[in-house]
Amino acid sequence: MTAIAARMRFARTGSGRVGVTATLLLLALILIGPLVAPHDPAAIVGIPLQRPGSGFLLGTDGLGRDVLSRVLWGGRSIIALSVVATGLAYLVGLAIGLVAGYTRSLLDPVLMRAMDVLLAVPPLLFLLVLATGAGHSVVVLVLGVATVHVPSIARIVRAATQSVVVRGYVEAAVARGERTHSILAREILPNVLGTVLADAGIRLTGSILILASVNFLGLGLQPPRADWALMISENRGGITLQPWAVAAPALLIAFLTVAVNLVADAIARSLGTSLDRRRIAR
Amino acid sequence: MTEVAAPDLAVVDAPRRRRHPLAGFLVRRAAAAVATLFVVSILLFAGTNVLPGDVASAVLGRDSTPAGLAEIRKELHLNRPTAERYWDWLSGFVRGDLGSSVAGQAVSGEPTPISGLIGERAKNTAVLALCTVLLLVPLSIAFGVYSATRAGRPVDHAITTFSLGAISLPEFVTGTLLILLVAQWLGWLPGVSLISIGDTVFTHPSILVLPVLTLLAASLAQTIRMVRAGMLEVLRSEYIEWARLSGHRERDVVLRYALRNALGPTVQVIALNVQWLVGGIVVTEYVFGYPGLGQALVQAVSARDVPYVLSVGMLIAIVYISLNVLADLLVVLLVPKLRTAQ
Amino acid sequence: MNVLSVDRLRLELVSGETVVDDVSFELAAGEALGLVGESGSGKTTTALALLGYCRPGVRVAAGTIEVAGERVTGRSETDLRRLRGRVISYVPQDPASALNPSVRVGEQVAGVLERHIPSSDVDRVVAETFALVQLPSSSEFRRRFPHQLSGGQQQRVAIAAALVCRPKVVVMDEPTTGLDVVTQANLLEQIAVLREELQLAIVYVSHDLAVVASLADRIMVMYAGSVVEDGPAAPLLARPTHPYTFGLLAAVPDPAEPRTLRSIPGVALGVDERPSGCCFAPRCPQRISACTEAVPPLLSVDDGRRVRCIEWRRTPALVAELRQVAARERAAPLLAVDGLRAEHAERGRRLVAASSVSFEVAPGECVALVGESGSGKTTIARCIAGLHEPAAGRVLLDGTPLASRAASRSRDARQRIQIVFQNPYDSLNPRHRVVDSIARPMRVLRGLSRREAAAEVAALLERVRLPAKLAQRFPSELSGGERQRVAIARALATKPDLLVCDEITSALDVSVQAAVLELLAELQIELGLALLLITHDLGVVASVADRVLVLERGVVCEHGLVVPLLSHPEHEYTRRLVAAAPTLVARR
Repeated sequence: MTAIAARMRFARTGSGRVGVTATLLLLALILIGPLVAPHDPAAIVGIPLQRPGSGFLLGTDGLGRDVLSRVLWGGRSIIALSVVATGLAYLVGLAIGLVAGYTRSLLDPVLMRAMDVLLAVPPLLFLLVLATGAGHSVVVLVLGVATVHVPSIARIVRAATQSVVVRGYVEAAVARGERTHSILAREILPNVLGTVLADAGIRLTGSILILASVNFLGLGLQPPRADWALMISENRGGITLQPWAVAAPALLIAFLTVAVNLVADAIARSLGTSLDRRRIAR
Repeated sequence: MTEVAAPDLAVVDAPRRRRHPLAGFLVRRAAAAVATLFVVSILLFAGTNVLPGDVASAVLGRDSTPAGLAEIRKELHLNRPTAERYWDWLSGFVRGDLGSSVAGQAVSGEPTPISGLIGERAKNTAVLALCTVLLLVPLSIAFGVYSATRAGRPVDHAITTFSLGAISLPEFVTGTLLILLVAQWLGWLPGVSLISIGDTVFTHPSILVLPVLTLLAASLAQTIRMVRAGMLEVLRSEYIEWARLSGHRERDVVLRYALRNALGPTVQVIALNVQWLVGGIVVTEYVFGYPGLGQALVQAVSARDVPYVLSVGMLIAIVYISLNVLADLLVVLLVPKLRTAQ
Repeated sequence: MNVLSVDRLRLELVSGETVVDDVSFELAAGEALGLVGESGSGKTTTALALLGYCRPGVRVAAGTIEVAGERVTGRSETDLRRLRGRVISYVPQDPASALNPSVRVGEQVAGVLERHIPSSDVDRVVAETFALVQLPSSSEFRRRFPHQLSGGQQQRVAIAAALVCRPKVVVMDEPTTGLDVVTQANLLEQIAVLREELQLAIVYVSHDLAVVASLADRIMVMYAGSVVEDGPAAPLLARPTHPYTFGLLAAVPDPAEPRTLRSIPGVALGVDERPSGCCFAPRCPQRISACTEAVPPLLSVDDGRRVRCIEWRRTPALVAELRQVAARERAAPLLAVDGLRAEHAERGRRLVAASSVSFEVAPGECVALVGESGSGKTTIARCIAGLHEPAAGRVLLDGTPLASRAASRSRDARQRIQIVFQNPYDSLNPRHRVVDSIARPMRVLRGLSRREAAAEVAALLERVRLPAKLAQRFPSELSGGERQRVAIARALATKPDLLVCDEITSALDVSVQAAVLELLAELQIELGLALLLITHDLGVVASVADRVLVLERGVVCEHGLVVPLLSHPEHEYTRRLVAAAPTLVARR
């Protein structure tokens, strides 16, 4: 119980509390939003580019769709895709990092050079290249974002593993002839997990940022999908007439990333590792 | 107190011929960079060519007919083996032949050399990047160090909280909000970077303001926090405690004894943010319609102009990796222990 | 003429708990005071306070400090920084981390001089000071960075910086800890010379009584934040009056006197759990009810001796119980190491850690492998445990050669050889409860079921003299000594014949070390366990080993029974080691 209490400590810091509250509110909006949306997000229900009022709380967009309904629907994709991408990145990164950190064979340098190469490509460029080759596929998008995170996760896991491998309890396990998988699972993994997950929240924000950017550039999710980032880019042309069609999703994305980052930073700090020392792929 | 079991003793092999340690470092680092670039080129080529999706159909769009597709494929040599095409592209690239734009050809019907398309744009992007970096470096060091020396006080809290917020915002949101606020509602600055043909960014410096601000928002916040953290680590070290115990003034402790130890990590941090800027510049240029490489890259990706994406991507990778080598070299020069290592 | 006087100093945490209480002493020019205590005694906090410096969270609550006629307490930070380094200076514990890695050593020393005496001829004075501490005074040497110097040289640079303004008082905080014994001996000699030449008043802080004994005129013993005894060095060491000082002296191993160690029962308490009366009462064998009622005053006993104990008259006299170590009959060896050669690969170079090492360990025998850091002793231990692959040679158990990797050895071999590691803070998995850590080897190597294994844990804990309730704890809830006992229990869980102990007490306090060594001796006799003791400490060797092998740069340079070897070393290297090892015997 004390361990759980200690892990929840982040929620007690001021910024942590604000972050948790804001994140919960936004999650509620994203989950419940579609149920209470007044219109079909894809339906054309009015004259294009009407300002707020006149029956539409946030006005209409360039095609005459209800901005409020689209906003209420538009958070799902971003959250779902970034959570899946980040989770995938952790699975692969953990596996690579553990193996590379534990083995003393040639596999370690080989894996790590491969990670170096991936790190040598700026993340957005990587995703743009993928989009060029494979087109606008959601699967490719998620795999791409996951790939972007893998090298840095693998590096951190490897470093953490290497610092654990030399500890007495691992040596003792080796000396009593335990099998490799048992050493990894029993002795190493539980001791690197804390370090590794400390920045899971920060990586999640990273995923949100980069996914939203790609969607904004029109190279990810495609119209008529209701997505906050996509809405911004669709409605930029009408910004003088109907700024709310841009401002509403922009503010929501800002709200979401700031809230998640507040929680992430509070967690990282309560675990003793500040996000400042870590790299965030974006 | 604890005795460290050192990896002992006499060296069996004779030490190698002495050479300036930096020369050796540079050679190794440059060789690694070239090798990395080579692998990156394969990666980029594979990413654009091997994955499902066909450039030919992208070029022709909805008007594609089987006959037309075949003709385009033949024209673009798409029916040759992938390895062969890769080699042609790479050897051309190394000789300075960046290939010709597919999209350009689709429009004009003539092969359009990419090198001719990107000259002016590269210059514009360089101006934007340079302005940002020139502001980024001094500001992040100044704020980061100041914040660290005031750690725990209200000023520090204000700086860290504000920067946490700024980090969290994607460039397109910052940019869009800036356009709304500064250009739309206040009407102070142009929201879109319009340059008539023949003009350069230098004739319209005002168009730089919002893009640079957008890029600075996230990257500056990030570097400030990292410089602060690095400086805090140094300030908590035993040698700083000892400097205080030797009676040095706090100003000397910070500027003379702490700062130079924080510089190495700071350079690494700033280099890291160049990676960010690469992505950031693409988005920012697109937001403001700034006539740079990034904006062109996005258009090329939309048009699935593979040769263009490949060449520009490769150029970006070269710049990026060179900057990393430069940063590593700078770190080695700044950290005595690395500089003097044999 | 006193250059340093401290009167009823009390240091508190910001939260209100007392860290150090009622410290008073005076020091004249040319005098050296040894401030002795184990970890948590408050000795470093006190030492720093002498310079008016408190670490974050600590503050001076009461009392006065005066240095060379200048008040330290109650002065502004600006004033204090003018005093520090000029009138009173500080030599840090670990010069490798206390010297600024980015500043040339000459500049670090010059910086202190420029700060305090700006008009001086900096270059000349710095060169002189380097010469004074017997460092090369050439400008080439002064232009080096700290990492280009050896540990001993680094510490001399720190001393040079402390002396460059010719202060009246120097506070030295464990300046030789972490150095090899020979380097330590040289440095101590140097400090004694400087003190004479410059008429320095020295406050020398250390956990090591023998080191302090070689230098100090007076010794002040601290325990749990209070001074328990102080007085002239020689009589205090010969006839301690406080039960803690007595316990400490009985617990210190001494290479010049192979004797059985006696530990102090119990553990030192943290700042927030100190008792209301005498701080030592919970561990004191001569405690009476009055002890727990009020903090005893510091009583003046005789010839300048003060003791904080109302029952000091009952403190027994020190009697050394000398060990009888006789040669054993030649039995068939349990373990034989034959022509062992071990190497490390480092950045493409091969480093030899051990070369042609051969020795035997008989059943029930305790063999010590002694050497300085870098002598290859740990690598040899790792080869025996199957953690390092030898480049040549064999390890035999009962005459049967063992595979080089533990995973390739038979279950029987793995069960019969067990190893305990140096650092108690990383030898137990922080995510496993004590019971799981101890039960695991039984299940893996003896094939016991979970229930069978758990049932044996209580007996094992008792065996290593730990309460059974510890079984459900996590390592973070244990002290260093407790962790090391659990690690021993984990090793005993397989019912081994040979226990390899790699520096297992080097991270522990003296009184805790004595308890662990006591336990080892007990296990050797009661279970007939053979021990291979890896250590750098000749005192430890003298207290527990039957036979000794001395390692010099990977080669065994001398071996033999412990008593003749330590008293009459033959090899040049052994002689140097023995001569340099700090001892209390000469001071009595």
